[in-house]
Amino acid sequence: MAVSNVTFYERVEEALHDRQLQTALDISTTRFTTGRQNALAALPEAEALRDHARRIRAHTIAHLDRYLAQFADSVERVGGQVHWAETAAEANQIVAELALSRNVKNVVKSKSMVSEELHLNQTLEANGMKVVETDLGEYIAQLAGEKPSHIIAPVIHKTRQDVADLFRRKLQATDADLADVPHMTALARRVLRSEFLQADMGISGANFAVAETGSICLVTNEGNGRLTTTTPRLHVALLGMERLVPTLEDLGVMLQILARSATGQKTSVYTNIITGPRRTTAGQPIEPDGPDELHIVIIDNGRSQILGSELAEILYCIRCGACLNACPVYQQIGGHAYNSVYQGPVGSVVTPGLYGLDPWHELPQASTLCGACREVCPVRINIPRMLLKLRSETAEAGLNPDWLKRGLRLYRQTVVRPGWYHLGGQLTSWLSRKIADNGWFKKLPGPLSGWTDHRDFLAPAKKSFSQRWREEREQ
Amino acid sequence: MTTDIKTVQLFVTCLIDKFFPETGLAVVDILEALGLTVEFPLAQTCCGQPAFNAGFWDDARAMARYTIDVLAQSDAPIIIPSGSCGDMIIHHYVDLLANDPHYAAPAQAVSTRTYEFTQFLVDVLGVTDLHSTATGCVAYHASCHGLRGLGLKTQPHRLLKQVAGLEPKELPGSEECCGFGGLFAVKMSQISGAILQRKLDNIEASGADMVVGTDVSCLMHIAGGLRRRGSAINVKHIADILRER
Ligand code: SF4
Repeated sequence: MAVSNVTFYERVEEALHDRQLQTALDISTTRFTTGRQNALAALPEAEALRDHARRIRAHTIAHLDRYLAQFADSVERVGGQVHWAETAAEANQIVAELALSRNVKNVVKSKSMVSEELHLNQTLEANGMKVVETDLGEYIAQLAGEKPSHIIAPVIHKTRQDVADLFRRKLQATDADLADVPHMTALARRVLRSEFLQADMGISGANFAVAETGSICLVTNEGNGRLTTTTPRLHVALLGMERLVPTLEDLGVMLQILARSATGQKTSVYTNIITGPRRTTAGQPIEPDGPDELHIVIIDNGRSQILGSELAEILYCIRCGACLNACPVYQQIGGHAYNSVYQGPVGSVVTPGLYGLDPWHELPQASTLCGACREVCPVRINIPRMLLKLRSETAEAGLNPDWLKRGLRLYRQTVVRPGWYHLGGQLTSWLSRKIADNGWFKKLPGPLSGWTDHRDFLAPAKKSFSQRWREEREQ
Repeated sequence: MTTDIKTVQLFVTCLIDKFFPETGLAVVDILEALGLTVEFPLAQTCCGQPAFNAGFWDDARAMARYTIDVLAQSDAPIIIPSGSCGDMIIHHYVDLLANDPHYAAPAQAVSTRTYEFTQFLVDVLGVTDLHSTATGCVAYHASCHGLRGLGLKTQPHRLLKQVAGLEPKELPGSEECCGFGGLFAVKMSQISGAILQRKLDNIEASGADMVVGTDVSCLMHIAGGLRRRGSAINVKHIADILRER
């Protein structure tokens, strides 16, 4: 994955000073978190459903090899073709070859996180194809030449005015086109409609894939998923290899919590379950619509590595985005600061899991370990546990700053020697009371200055609790 | 009292020991007023959470083993006036030492007899009314590790409700993190500071003249932020309030 030269800290700094981003983040994360809360509160069995969903995901991931084999058989049985890609490069090659061999010129895409991992658009464009994102958010990001900043709301960072300016520049929109949101949407819809009609290939992701039936399930709010997968003659679905559920009944459980956790909707506006291409008898289509060919590319790209590690639980994720919205860090810095396809708490585990700790080791540190992510996760993934695990791997790999390593070593040696510990405490207290201003510090030296950049620091008490206990109780 | 507990031992935490000794004394006062004998093992230091959260697990293990040795000298229930250190000893010690042939069992034993202070009062002793009095409008900040790690959802509220003269104020986002996160506040201070500002805005909007919580770490963070703003709002550990009679 491409890594920019700008550091995490610089991106954070930029995000925190971006007034407009701060407003946009405030509005949307609040809207999503309250929506989620209300939707779950209105569902009496919500907690039991979450437990059930977790069991389904845990079971599937524990037996992933079996369900993948079953899924592949089922797909072929219904007339689709399965391709296996171990790496992003392999996946790109498979899709490009499919397109080239079938003389594809125009590609439409519905939202797919895994395609962001692959940088698939670049590959197809390099092969002379035109690729158009059709999810409105993704389309806006594509027009702006930006990356999505939220896994379910790609342009959460943009205001309506930003989009209006963009449409004016890129789509020659008139004042009438930009009068209000419905007009702007109508404009995008007109533009996209002609893209759908021209396209020879549709690329989609898959929210879930059902092992039993070989179906893939797509949920969208705009219907673009349906058009992408039915209008062009060729449909290629990209499937992260962990996205399986065993049966249609299990799919029903997942769908009940997905939209509620993501946006607070009871269900997404469009739920498509696609089982095979357009059916034919003796070469003649017997269904009115659907693509002639359906290809499903099952992508590993680092997932087996996660599967075999202590991070395997993160593969339960159903990409609802609830942990992003609830995360106090994401709420402040937004998605771009993470510089990864996957942002927020889930991204801070998945990204180093897929690509390694170097250079991604800052992400697991970007957390207060408050546990809000775990609390809202529909499948109750213990994200803080994995952030801690990654921090311990970071320490073992020696990727921490030296002052921290040395400081903690010294601290440890003192903590296990109460004599040193209390002597050190008394010295610090004596010294700091000499220099503190009214018992507080406005400025601390060295790495500790981070604290006093934003708040005052309390000086230690003159006498510690232990000293007082000793003096008052133990004579 | 409905239990036969006569003696408890106090693990006061490093921050209360060094920065808030009065809070430690308040805890002792309250427990003694309930007829309990309070032991304080003088060899206690720090539970090791800073090293654990930073990923330095070998260092954390050394500190955990040390603390377990200190606490294993007595069989009395262990009371910790901090949800965060409580979570460390109750949950993380057990995980950290699970494969340690000498310490896995003691870690488990210490874990099962350790309680956060308000949890001990309400859930173990069944006490909510300590006949305390106070004056002022109070907003309660729920510290994350106590709330989500130990399930301290109702206990502090039930205790505060019984304090005569105290007017509870609703704190918007009371269960949201204050941005402290231990070393996070130093290493990623700009994010931590931004989260803190939101908490401070909410505190100021609540109309309270006092913020109360169960963890002095978060409270020290909030107090430092309020002081930087020049705010007159007081910050107190729940034991400081409950002690006043
Ligand atoms: S980790 Fe949980 S909350 Fe976060 S996106 Fe995945 S399923 Fe949703």
